[in-house]
Amino acid sequence: MPKRVLLGLLLACGLAAPALAQEPKTGGVVNAVIQPEPPGLMLAQVQNGPTQMVSGNIFEGLLRYSPKLEPLPELAESWSVSEDAKTYTFKLKKGVTWHDGKPFTAADVLFSMEMLKQTHARARTNLAQVDKIETPDDYTVVFTLKQPFGPFLGIFEVGSMPIVPKHLYEGTDWKTNPYNNAPVGTGPFMFKEWQKGSFIRLVKNPNYHEKGKPYLDEIYWQIIPDAAARSVAYETGKVDVLPGGSVENFDVPRLSKLKDTCVTGAGWEFFSPLAWLWLNNRQGPLADKRVRQAIMYAVDRDFAKDVIWNGLGKVATGPSASTIKYYTDDVKKYPYDPAKAKALLKEAGYKGEKIRLLPLAYGETWQRWGEAVKQNLMDVGMNIETIATDVAGGNQKIGDWDYDIAFTYLYQYGDPALGVGRNYISSNIAKGQVFNNVEGYSNPEIDKLFADGAVATPDSKRKELYEKAQKILVEDVPVAWMLELQFPTITRCKVKNLITTGIGVNDGFKDAWLDK
Amino acid sequence: MLSFVAQRVLKGVIVLLAIVVLNFFLIRLAPGDPAVVMAGEAGASDQVFVKQLREKFGLDKPLPEQLFIYVKGVVSLDLGFSFRQQAPVAKLIGERLPATLLLTLTAFAISLMLGILFGTFAARFAGTFLDTAITVFALIFYAMPIFWVALMGILLFSVTMDWLPSFGYETVGANLTGLSHAVDVAKHLIMPAMTLGLFFMATYTRMTRASMLEVKRLDFVKTARAKGLSDAVIQRRHVLRNALLPVVTLAGVHSGTLIGGAVITETVFAWPGIGRLMYDALLQRDYNLLLGVFVICSAMVLIFNLITDLVYRLVDPRIEFAS
Repeated sequence: MPKRVLLGLLLACGLAAPALAQEPKTGGVVNAVIQPEPPGLMLAQVQNGPTQMVSGNIFEGLLRYSPKLEPLPELAESWSVSEDAKTYTFKLKKGVTWHDGKPFTAADVLFSMEMLKQTHARARTNLAQVDKIETPDDYTVVFTLKQPFGPFLGIFEVGSMPIVPKHLYEGTDWKTNPYNNAPVGTGPFMFKEWQKGSFIRLVKNPNYHEKGKPYLDEIYWQIIPDAAARSVAYETGKVDVLPGGSVENFDVPRLSKLKDTCVTGAGWEFFSPLAWLWLNNRQGPLADKRVRQAIMYAVDRDFAKDVIWNGLGKVATGPSASTIKYYTDDVKKYPYDPAKAKALLKEAGYKGEKIRLLPLAYGETWQRWGEAVKQNLMDVGMNIETIATDVAGGNQKIGDWDYDIAFTYLYQYGDPALGVGRNYISSNIAKGQVFNNVEGYSNPEIDKLFADGAVATPDSKRKELYEKAQKILVEDVPVAWMLELQFPTITRCKVKNLITTGIGVNDGFKDAWLDK
Repeated sequence: MLSFVAQRVLKGVIVLLAIVVLNFFLIRLAPGDPAVVMAGEAGASDQVFVKQLREKFGLDKPLPEQLFIYVKGVVSLDLGFSFRQQAPVAKLIGERLPATLLLTLTAFAISLMLGILFGTFAARFAGTFLDTAITVFALIFYAMPIFWVALMGILLFSVTMDWLPSFGYETVGANLTGLSHAVDVAKHLIMPAMTLGLFFMATYTRMTRASMLEVKRLDFVKTARAKGLSDAVIQRRHVLRNALLPVVTLAGVHSGTLIGGAVITETVFAWPGIGRLMYDALLQRDYNLLLGVFVICSAMVLIFNLITDLVYRLVDPRIEFAS
């Protein structure tokens, strides 16, 4: 890893300067919390957050990404791009073996791509850009694209493109393959045991291809369903790592004051979770741009950041998080200004029509945020009714466009072509689906900008297109952007180097060590 | 008695099938779709993906056909496949059932034993300070919600005093065997079992007390006294035994409530039982898993009720089994 990246990381993690001098120590067991219990560990087939958090240790991708989202080697040791930006050649690392001792080769990569096209929605969308994949030798993979695709080098981290063992899956029914329950990867840790409802145990891979790593002997992922009980488990010393989002935010200040406790918001740069309010552009008062703009002025987002999220995160300026490529803050600004909100509502002729607000059913923090936003909106004269649902019920309502305002947060995956455009382009308006363009915003200019942005070369051209798109969207307010979220990871300070990349705890514990 | 049991089992099977059909529709009435939930968790929701999931789970078929497939499966003792966990429902429940049985049966035993004991004392010393003390004690646990008792227990016994573990079934990573493992599990069991048990104990205490006071006034107790029997014998053999019938009835009814209570207790204490499995399945709209848990819970309630009927006979030999 380049020195400047390491330094940046350490500063980002809030580690003191002496940490630079410390040599990693080997050995030790780390207990971490996993919430909720993953449905499975076969990363190529199950893609939810907890699965990646555990399986990011078992499987690997071709690349990892620094906090600045520069590609770093993992299973690929080097890569090159052709002049016309259509051919990407990856040189694979030699001497890598699967956990069962079989060698890892280019055939595994080729096979994985075939599997992912069928089992991984995000990978399938990304791979749709690929015309052909060739493996001229055992350690070279060549992707030829149909047309240049700007974010292509950004789609190879373990969660987006996990590499699976061909020799265990080829010719089998993937869904019922016994290795789904005892996954075999190339990663730093090997699957050992899963007691459903209790814990998942991973042990060190003694033949890991990065010499000397991993440093830890074992990881126990403890399954504790209640948020308060997870806090207590940390307080009583039963767990050492609380990954982002595993305790309620109001517990964070208390836990961070405990002895030998370190807190960091780092490790979310790749995902860049951005929270916003879906605004149903189709009907009622919200069909008027001025009402949507009024909402932006009416909501006190600094309050939400400082009080509800304990100061972590950043007020969003528009559809892109500041951590992803081509972000610009040269857009219309919406400071907290209730007077302006009232004026806009008046101008739009809002007469107190009822507006339904759906908070996100992800626990107390989101509930409180829902209440704060409701209060803000009522303060400027909006008639807000909160609708309580659970996650499944909420998703259905949003997917069926049966809402007026609804909370959400989505990952952006480092590039507007991967995680931003999908929420604003009109071809993504499809009833019954969530997380696409459920607000019903339709603007041919935006459609064209995102379509061109994905394939434009060089980078400066992409920048120009995406900056323009951001300006238009911020003016139109199809949704009300709230915060760039940072979920705090709480650890015992003796757990060093836990977060070293922009993928954070989802990238595995291979660099982590215990200062015993 | 055998024909009585056979008849009850037959009736039970019919009730169970009715429960299956009712639950099947009830679950589907709730808004939310398992395919959308799973697509949501994967952070991607394109038409193809959701369609693929719906086909995979058979959710694209008409509802009556889905019901027919499910009931056919249940009749041949196949509870189906969990959408989300990608495993047979019977296997998932089988892994979790022992923990729930351990928890609920322990809680049940604690509540019955303490409840009857306290109730007997309260009745014996009715109107005294001891009676009031027991009543207040029982009412406190009856009035407090289970989750709150659980959290307070954790705060006191785990955080402050560090006597008992706050979560889980055993010490993870300790690899204990034999007696030391049993002791370890027992230590983990104390708080969840007490939390669940104390709530029900309160009802049994009150019920035993009231019932005993009522029986005490009856003529046959006077006769027993006239016969010169000792107070202890009268209380135990005549009063308590006759007073127990309503308690047994209540205990039978509680078997279902106990499982309901286990959902909360298992969640707070991270106890790996079917209560939690049910809770997760509900949130994720994992229809087959949820129905499977319902079937097992209903079967357990029916079995408990059958046992209750048999116990009636033991408690009061005058009761005969009508066949």
